[in-house]
Amino acid sequence: MKIFASPFRRSALAVAGAILGALTLTATPLLAAGDTPAIPSQKWSFSGPFGLYDRGQLQRGYKVYKEVCAACHGLRLLHYRNLGESGGPEFNEAQVKTLAAEVEVQDGPNEDGDMFDRPGKPSDAFVSPFPNKEAARAANNGAYPPDLSLMAKARVGGPDYIYALMTGYKPEPDSMDMQEGMSYNEYFPGHQIAMAAPLSADSVEYTDGTPPTVDNYARDVSAFLMWAAEPKLEERHRLGFRFMIYLVILAGLLYMAKRRVWSRLKH
Amino acid sequence: MAHVSTYKPNSAIEKWMDDRLPVMRMMHDQFNDFPTPRNLNYLWTFGGILTFCLAVQMATGIVLAMHYVPQETMAFDSVEHIMRDVNFGWLLRYIHFNGASLFFLAVYIHIARGMYYGSYKAPREVLWIIGVLIFLAMMATAFMGYSLVWGQMSFWAVTVITNLFSSLDSIIPGLGTTVVEWIWGGFSVGGPTLTRLFSLHYLLPFVIAGLVILHIWALHVPGSNNPTGIDIKSKSDAISFNPYYTVKDGFAMSMFVILFAAFVFYAPNFMGHPDNYIEADPLVTPPHIVPEWYFLPYYAILRAIPSKLLGVVAMFGSIGLLLFLPWLDTSKVRSARYRPIFKWFLLLFFVNAVALGYLGAKPPEGAFLIWGRICTAYYFVFLLVIMPVVGWIEKPAAMPGSITDDVLGKKPVPAK
Ligand code: HEC
Ligand code: HEM
Repeated sequence: MKIFASPFRRSALAVAGAILGALTLTATPLLAAGDTPAIPSQKWSFSGPFGLYDRGQLQRGYKVYKEVCAACHGLRLLHYRNLGESGGPEFNEAQVKTLAAEVEVQDGPNEDGDMFDRPGKPSDAFVSPFPNKEAARAANNGAYPPDLSLMAKARVGGPDYIYALMTGYKPEPDSMDMQEGMSYNEYFPGHQIAMAAPLSADSVEYTDGTPPTVDNYARDVSAFLMWAAEPKLEERHRLGFRFMIYLVILAGLLYMAKRRVWSRLKH
Repeated sequence: MAHVSTYKPNSAIEKWMDDRLPVMRMMHDQFNDFPTPRNLNYLWTFGGILTFCLAVQMATGIVLAMHYVPQETMAFDSVEHIMRDVNFGWLLRYIHFNGASLFFLAVYIHIARGMYYGSYKAPREVLWIIGVLIFLAMMATAFMGYSLVWGQMSFWAVTVITNLFSSLDSIIPGLGTTVVEWIWGGFSVGGPTLTRLFSLHYLLPFVIAGLVILHIWALHVPGSNNPTGIDIKSKSDAISFNPYYTVKDGFAMSMFVILFAAFVFYAPNFMGHPDNYIEADPLVTPPHIVPEWYFLPYYAILRAIPSKLLGVVAMFGSIGLLLFLPWLDTSKVRSARYRPIFKWFLLLFFVNAVALGYLGAKPPEGAFLIWGRICTAYYFVFLLVIMPVVGWIEKPAAMPGSITDDVLGKKPVPAK
């Protein structure tokens, strides 16, 4: 395949190299100025083109969310039924019903025109911990705990960032003046975060033998939040694989057809 | 039409139709029996690829619009509803989103191809101008589409870009402010802005489709240019479009779809910005407001110039100048292959455009700003000075006698 004549390519590369070299030389001092360390990448079962979620991990992650994070953070874009859908934690039907019924949902009006509370159903959306932003701020020293439905796609680094944030709490350096009620976190921009370290060892009971450590909690809840943000990832990877095979075969056939048709031309 | 029609109706129905509305004849003449230079390289496959991109954006967009709600408080959630609850909604949305990026990738290659091989020169000026208009309409469409998600980047990009018109205040005080409020439909970007952006985002692709028809019509009068830039002189220089180029375009398109699918299925958010997964909030300004990658070179030009008004003029001017390329280039030789001086300046222009894109993503300070200014200066100096002057002083290299000579590797003839 002769896409470009080769002098074209060589000269383009030479010019590109010269410009980029000059740019990096002058730009490096500025790039080094940021003081948040790079977010380390973690191994996830769902990364890579064939990646799938680990059911056990998502179920544990849900438990961590439910017992710790849900006190402050909502997941308003999820419905309880999602917990039983394929490609997610895949709790069974009875479990989903039980999990949904653990929350009180406001419904109504009834025949008398009154609103009433009832246990949640799988078709209900996740109930957020606070009725509005103001209430959330009031309960958190003026800081707003953001909804986590899309958190794993709304930060550079995604699940790696959430894991880093959960495990990035350190005593502050002496040089740092901390504001009232703030905690030092290595990975939070500016290092002062209004969320106190949410995880501590043994605070959530694991029933599958996974050690109840902060590291495992952080990993599991990050994976769970990735699923919450991207619930169709498994369907996407599976369909993508089939589509790619089909496309590669099609491209191969077209290439052979092209060779054949063009060989009819005299040279 | 440029050549005598060779269409022969095969059946009584086709004959009947041909006497009343000769659409089959038109299709036959335009696509079947269209003599095309035999030496087109793969850069010529991008026209077909672009038509494919437009069709994909329209098909997915129309279905997305069935589920999308263009309303301030519901827009963001309706996109998430598409992603989570609509059957294959995630696929539609990821195709539409990555489709826009690949559309621009293809159009940039297509434009660079035209510049390298001098496809804008006589007799293809009108063809070229229609192409620049399509490019402008694509930019408007993509900008408006991006706003529909109503995420933080959507909202603040609309705020920043629409605010540019307030620079008109420095010509007639009050004019800019009035224009901006008129665009917004209020005193800030809000619900009325969103509904009009949606309406226009739905409309413009159909305008583009109309322009594409004119573009292809304007192509089929003089016919395709080719890597030598030499006109077809004899029968042996040309082959019929079908089957030679249909199968070649088909193969190239299948490769393009593989790249497209790799993004959609395996890295769907690679070309997006994480902030757009945060719902629009007029009270919180993101630390860096950056447009989509395909706008970055123009964003760099805008910010390279200290005066807001002149920045806006330079930004629009950088695209507007392309309309005049056929007259800014004073050389009679089409292909840069045979232009030993121009070729280097042109390649530098391409690298310069990529560098501007890189700088557009960086904060406009220190070395980035200095480089932004150097690159902006080169952009304009190339178009306004280098193009005409090199055309006058350059001695073209030896050229083959014809397309066939070039394909068969005959010795080139030195220029007179
Ligand atoms: C006591 C309330 C509370 C609990 C419990 C809590 N958070 Fe937070 N969280 C907050 C507050 C408040 C903020 C806002 C911090 C700020 O902006 O400084 C926050 C912010 C965050 C952020 C966003 C950081 C950013 O980059 O903006 C993430 C992610 C997060 N929390 C995850 C979690 C996870 C996961 C858990 C459960 C393991 C959890 N939080 C438990 C109160 C809480
Ligand atoms: C020239 C063709 C088109 C281009 C370049 C284009 C570009 C875009 C872009 C960049 C987005 C933002 C995507 C995102 O971030 O998710 C978008 C969204 C959208 N577009 Fe288009 N579009 C085109 C045609 C159309 C058409 C023809 C329609 C409908 C008739 C349409 C309907 C929509 C809708 C409803 C959205 C919002 C939902 C979403 O974010 O996916 N588009 N478009």
